[in-house]
Amino acid sequence: MSDHLLSIVLFTPLAGMLVLLLLPASNKTLIRIWANVAAAAGFLVSLPLVFRFDKKAEGFQMVERYDWIPALGVKYYLGIDGISLLLVMLTTLVGFLAILSSWSAIDRHLKAYYAMFLLQQTGMIGVFISLDFFLFYVFWEVVLVPMYFIIGVWGGPRKLYAAIKFLLYTLAGSVLMLLGILTLYFQHFEQHGFYTFEISELLKLDMPLALERWVFWAFFIGFAIKVPMFPFHTWLPDAHTEAPTAGSVILAAILLKMGTYGFLRFSLPLLPEASIDPWIVQTMAALSIVAIIYGALVSLMQDDWKRLVAFSSVSHLGFCTLGIFALNPNGIAGSVIQQINHGISTGMLFLIVGVAYERRHTRLIRDYGGLAHVMPNFSFVFAFAMLSSAGLPLLNGFVGEFTILQGAFEANRAWAAFAVTGIILGAAYLLWLYQRTMLGQITNPKNLRLPDLNLREWAVFLPFMAWALWIGIYPRPYFEVLEKPVAQLVERVRPGYFAAETAAVPARASGAAQAGER
Amino acid sequence: MSQFYTSTDHFVLVPAIMLALFGCAVLLFDFFLFPEPRQRKRLVWFLIAGEIFTAAALWRQHSFLVSEGLPELTAFQGTLTVDGFSLFFNWIFVAASLLVAIVSWRYLEIEGEHHGEYYGLILLAQCGMYFLATGTDLITLFLGVELMALCFYVMVGFLRERKRSNEAAMKYLLLGAFSSGLMVYGFSVMYGLAGSTKLRAVAAAIASREPWDPVVFLATATTAVGILFKVSAAPFHMWAPDAYEGAPTTVTAFLAVGSKAASFAFLMRIFLGPLETVREAWEPLLIVVAVLSLTIGNLAAITQSNVKRLLAYSSISHAGYILLGLIAGNATGLKGMAVYILVYAFMTLGAFLVVVALRRENLIGEEVDDMAGLMQRSPGYAVLMLIFLLSLAGIPPTAGFIGKYYIFLALLETGHYVLAALAALYVAVAIYYYFRIVRSMFISEPVEAPPLASTFGLRVALAVTGVLTLVIGVYPEPFLMLAQTSLIR
Repeated sequence: MSDHLLSIVLFTPLAGMLVLLLLPASNKTLIRIWANVAAAAGFLVSLPLVFRFDKKAEGFQMVERYDWIPALGVKYYLGIDGISLLLVMLTTLVGFLAILSSWSAIDRHLKAYYAMFLLQQTGMIGVFISLDFFLFYVFWEVVLVPMYFIIGVWGGPRKLYAAIKFLLYTLAGSVLMLLGILTLYFQHFEQHGFYTFEISELLKLDMPLALERWVFWAFFIGFAIKVPMFPFHTWLPDAHTEAPTAGSVILAAILLKMGTYGFLRFSLPLLPEASIDPWIVQTMAALSIVAIIYGALVSLMQDDWKRLVAFSSVSHLGFCTLGIFALNPNGIAGSVIQQINHGISTGMLFLIVGVAYERRHTRLIRDYGGLAHVMPNFSFVFAFAMLSSAGLPLLNGFVGEFTILQGAFEANRAWAAFAVTGIILGAAYLLWLYQRTMLGQITNPKNLRLPDLNLREWAVFLPFMAWALWIGIYPRPYFEVLEKPVAQLVERVRPGYFAAETAAVPARASGAAQAGER
Repeated sequence: MSQFYTSTDHFVLVPAIMLALFGCAVLLFDFFLFPEPRQRKRLVWFLIAGEIFTAAALWRQHSFLVSEGLPELTAFQGTLTVDGFSLFFNWIFVAASLLVAIVSWRYLEIEGEHHGEYYGLILLAQCGMYFLATGTDLITLFLGVELMALCFYVMVGFLRERKRSNEAAMKYLLLGAFSSGLMVYGFSVMYGLAGSTKLRAVAAAIASREPWDPVVFLATATTAVGILFKVSAAPFHMWAPDAYEGAPTTVTAFLAVGSKAASFAFLMRIFLGPLETVREAWEPLLIVVAVLSLTIGNLAAITQSNVKRLLAYSSISHAGYILLGLIAGNATGLKGMAVYILVYAFMTLGAFLVVVALRRENLIGEEVDDMAGLMQRSPGYAVLMLIFLLSLAGIPPTAGFIGKYYIFLALLETGHYVLAALAALYVAVAIYYYFRIVRSMFISEPVEAPPLASTFGLRVALAVTGVLTLVIGVYPEPFLMLAQTSLIR
């Protein structure tokens, strides 16, 4: 039983979905309760992962490895390291909170709605724990269809457009990624004489740089569309804006992380030479910086509250990719932490839009104003989320952004300089948004009698806030969890990095731990 | 001169005898035993019995090959060859005929054209298919293709009162006859080169010549065009959308699956047999055909509002994918063709069966809009259709992905990177039109419509195709082993 912890975590949501399908569609309360129970169970069964995780161990833990399709060399191969652990926990918690937040927001086709969320939950967890590329690809694609339906059936006015755009974009990326995967698979056969999709085996490949570059670009398109990196981001504002609140939360908090995770788990370790190729690194950094600044500038211009939050994701994910391609421990660890942070803060921001939308059925910023007078608790939560997103010290965003900037500074000072402007702009659009919606006098009479947060909404926000505070005040455990995998990753991409580091500056301890004490 | 009709000859011929015998028997029984229209649906039991006997004969062939450890068994001095390849395809034909036959009676009754010949024609068409998969002689192959095509000409025009059906049959007949003419011309040139109609002799004659020898090229080109007509690859696809749309839907399903699979068996026998040595001459030609099929099939499907027509264009694009396996030409590619044809058979049949269910009294139900809100009216059918469409698009974990997987891998292995990228990107195009149907079923508001014409046979057939489409996607191992046996040695 305990040997199959990852499988249990993986399939609990799916099992919950199958039971859900057997419930009578007419009994809405029962369906709601069951979906929440299943999602909560999904979170609870994932908690032992945290306690059982060994921070000091190298490589993957809680590994499960069985033959799946021997004819193709495909294995059912699961395992986690620090990076996957954090993302899995983010998935199970945010997945549960997203389902909880839908209680009153959704009234149509409830059964299908919750079924889609639970199915998607299994797909996302699978992406983060698969150590077999084929298995990974299957889960990667499994996520697509439920999200199509979530946007397409329960979305806003332009849902059809947004849903098909999301589907086409991501699918175009993933089929090219598939070609990259198959190239590695075939190269492995050429070099070692047997077909396998196992990551650990594919790591033994030694490919010419030209081929590595091609594969890198194939992966890049798949992952960059998912992240989304500039200029592949155009699906994101539509999808995030039109999706129902819980869908936006899942999209922003988890789905986008599949892209960054792909870079960390596959692009860097499998293609180390292409990953430090100066031209590629420069391009990645440039695209990240463009995303940071462009995303922030576009956010400033939005008059739609939800669209603003959506574009802010482009900016924040730019930090994550910049951190990855700084290719040093600070950059990468910061990137992973920032991925979690973005999940927390942007998840909250979308939930906040959702709360306002449920009461007023408009997303236009100019329809609001002065809400702090009628909804004090709500405005407090919003302030909290906004500051966490803007990177206020003592809250989570600061830790991530600071560490990324440290890494970027170490890699190239100009990158850090550009990225800092992104932080300033970020503060600007968030504070201005807050001012326009929450502060001042109530100008619209419809806003005079809005109910404040109810108990369930508090229950959704509190875990987010607690987590944000934890990371903000005491991030050390996170850096500890990440230390081994990140070090391994950097060593893989830049062999001898740590030896040179300690030789040159012996006094300077690991920057990650430094930031941890801040 | 060897003995005329040996026991081996008989052993190889038994499945064809069974098919022909039961096919004729159905015609007679229809005339003598069941004069009443209501009784005709009992004829399906005769068809099932015929298929059981055929399957038993095929199984005996299979066990014989396995127990003797033989790669193949030839009969009639090399005219027919039973091998893993022929058996693999024949299993597909048996499955396709059975699945089509058990859903037909209700559909044909609604159309007012439920006649006993229908079942006889299915069996006789399958008899033609048997010779296409088993034949290793130009004449045998030609007879097989003509027998199959003649049955289909009749079946496509089965709705005698309908203009559309008549038009479809006429177009199919004219273009089919034209393509057969071209093909048989190519055969005659091959015969001229070899002085024999046996594929082995033709192969030897062609191998002794230069690949760009004008006579060989003439034979290759005309034969190729003839066969490509049959598999409905662009630019020889013009008949397909009309024939698919006009034919009774059950016939469309059989045409799209049985005829396509048989024609591909035929194509592989010719291209991997006599024409293998002149690969450099036909490979560029096939690349053009495959790319055109992908392009025309996928792009034209986008604008279709009729589901049958849409699936017709999609089947043109699938022909393109299967041809890519032949272009790659290595073991992965050939195995990929077999796997692709297998999964194509079940997912395409499934999709057409859903369309069959949509035909009700006073409602044709073939338009994309007719599916509006199907999820609320008949969730089972909607979910099954979703599975078939995802599989057609090639999304894991459905069967279609396994087929595409092999094709992509084979292209990468043989260095066709551009083709691989193109083929992969067309998946994203395809998802667009498949998801038009999905959107209609799941997102559009339901329209007022009578309940679906569901029969026990239809439910069985849908369950079989749906389960196989999922099982091949999730656990393909046994099916890949089966496809492995199909490689021509």
